[in-house]
Amino acid sequence: MTLTETRERTASLGQRALALVKQREVGVLAALILVIVITTAKNPNFLFSNDGFRDLLVTPSLLMLIAVGQAMVIITRNVDLSVGSVMGLSAYLVGRVFVDFAWLPWPTVFLIGLAFGGGLGLINGLVVAYAKVPSLVVTLGTLYAYRGINVMWTGSERINASDMPREFLALGTESIGRIPVITLIALVVLGAAGWYMTTQRGGREFYAMGSDPDAATLYGLNVRRRLITAFVVSGALAGLAGVLYAARYGTVNSQVGSGYELQAVGAAVIGGVAIFGGSGTVFGAAIGAFLLMTINRALPVLGVQDFWQQAVVGVLIVGAIVLDRLAATRQERALARERERSHD
Amino acid sequence: MKSSIMNARRSGLAMAAALALALTACSSGGDSDTSSSDAGGGDSGGGDANLSITFLPKNLGNAYFDTSNSVGGQSAIEEFGGTYEEVGPAEATPDSQVPFINTAAQQGVGALVVSANDPAAICDALNEARDAGVKVVTYDSDTNADCRDLFINQATADGIAQVQVDMIAEQIGDEGQIAVLSASANATNQNAWIATMEEILASDHPNIELVDVVYGDDDDQTSFDKTAALLQTYPDLKGIVSPTTVGISAAARYLSTSEYKGQVAITGLGTPNQMREYVEDGTVTEFALWNPADLGYLAAYAAKALIEGEITGAEGDSFDAGTLGSYTVGADGVVLLGDPYRFNADNIGDFDF
Repeated sequence: MTLTETRERTASLGQRALALVKQREVGVLAALILVIVITTAKNPNFLFSNDGFRDLLVTPSLLMLIAVGQAMVIITRNVDLSVGSVMGLSAYLVGRVFVDFAWLPWPTVFLIGLAFGGGLGLINGLVVAYAKVPSLVVTLGTLYAYRGINVMWTGSERINASDMPREFLALGTESIGRIPVITLIALVVLGAAGWYMTTQRGGREFYAMGSDPDAATLYGLNVRRRLITAFVVSGALAGLAGVLYAARYGTVNSQVGSGYELQAVGAAVIGGVAIFGGSGTVFGAAIGAFLLMTINRALPVLGVQDFWQQAVVGVLIVGAIVLDRLAATRQERALARERERSHD
Repeated sequence: MKSSIMNARRSGLAMAAALALALTACSSGGDSDTSSSDAGGGDSGGGDANLSITFLPKNLGNAYFDTSNSVGGQSAIEEFGGTYEEVGPAEATPDSQVPFINTAAQQGVGALVVSANDPAAICDALNEARDAGVKVVTYDSDTNADCRDLFINQATADGIAQVQVDMIAEQIGDEGQIAVLSASANATNQNAWIATMEEILASDHPNIELVDVVYGDDDDQTSFDKTAALLQTYPDLKGIVSPTTVGISAAARYLSTSEYKGQVAITGLGTPNQMREYVEDGTVTEFALWNPADLGYLAAYAAKALIEGEITGAEGDSFDAGTLGSYTVGADGVVLLGDPYRFNADNIGDFDF
């Protein structure tokens, strides 16, 4: 081993460490840990009580699922605003299944929720892909349409905890080795989506489409199929989130999931997914979801008055985006400088 | 306090008797009008008082009204030998009740018992029916006071605040920290109840400390997460009062799987169907709401008293309501059902709404 070789290796190790710190996911994760540490210092129950630990992991899990789907759609330079309504409709469907088809074994509701959500996502995807209407407009439409159907169907009725099987409700709070089941489900989904997006050809094509849709088409990628896939996945994950919502909260009315779409977009953006597509990871979106929900839960514990909590969350979102913007411009400048230097 | 009520009742009775005498002529005139139109329509009315009473809920297929009408109202009407009927729209929109009111007036029913979808939209129709001799009683949700004879009010703000303080005091041994999980920060009803509760706590329960009021926005998930935050923030918390049906069921759901189950009491206003699970598993001891069956029962007896001319709906009128006892009409033709009804493990099985 020569001296130069060793020097090169240490340099690349240092560079790798530096690149890791610069990565957006790491920054968001650091912020998340900071929030948890501060809140736990104020009130140890936040992390160390049984309830506290469980809630810390369970509460962000639903948003995590939806944010993962949302990130996949945003990476293709689209957006899915209907996820909150898809989630609500699926949750009520699941409740109705328990009431009207009580003989069905309860685990089938997971398949029903996934398939139903995927179907609603397919509608979004087909309209976006074939009618060439911007996804912002299409999914804004289905946001209201799906919610309207939900309100019409549900009326002033609600599904109560006593309408659902005990085993199903227990899923909402059960743990396997201290890790809640809902969180495990979310992590499995995250792992699968992350694997697909980083290593599989189809996943990489999502990024290509988002970076430059025209180039992707010219290159011969099947843009339409990838687009529909992204919306179906996003819808199916929203459907799954609806099923888990019913298990976790035990009550389903016509307003389940309203507002989730914007939280999901917020989570993705905080987690470093560029709103115009082409960059970011589902892991970032998942950590963003975690941060968003944990801040929400930490503020009351820190004694921030109810009225201020939403405002604080808003400031944090804007702050995260401004920071991101600053970091991105600085990086661009650094890249440009490097390019000039290499041309010299 | 008690004696003044008795006095009011007695003077009310005297007044009612005098009024009834004075008005017999009028009402019998009205009756003959109705029966002549009945004869024209081919309907066999008959009997001295037309005790056919029609219930018109906000909408059909609503468990709350199923209880108030076919459990409460129908049993009252069977007791005094009248005819019960229930009609109503499928949807609770403002003017959807108008055709049903018109039909009932044409059929010449004795009285209509209505839960109004809108305080003004059905006024004209109701007044036309009253001109045709139909007595109008509102219950659950009132119209403007000049379009009905009586309103059966299920509960007052004071009564609701008092029962909630009583329940939480009983459940935590009249001592310790409590918190309130309300609807939204600008909900008029809830804010009025909470203010009254604070007064009652300050004057009658000095050892109970209200440490926080949080808002679940009548959203299951927000209420659920706010409950979690309350339990974490106040480790010595003894009880939570939630004066909203959404809040109390979300709080109970959280508590039922929490390590604090059995240590923290939850009470407030809820419906039996939402709370059944948590009363049965021991999370919740007792909660309150009015009893819709009693509400329908009282409305039916009020309608009977109006038809028979026993009362006119004037303040101080008093009438008998079967097993519920005697009631007196208050200001603006309002009859108060009474204190909220408490639901617990012993009686929750009797209700389905």
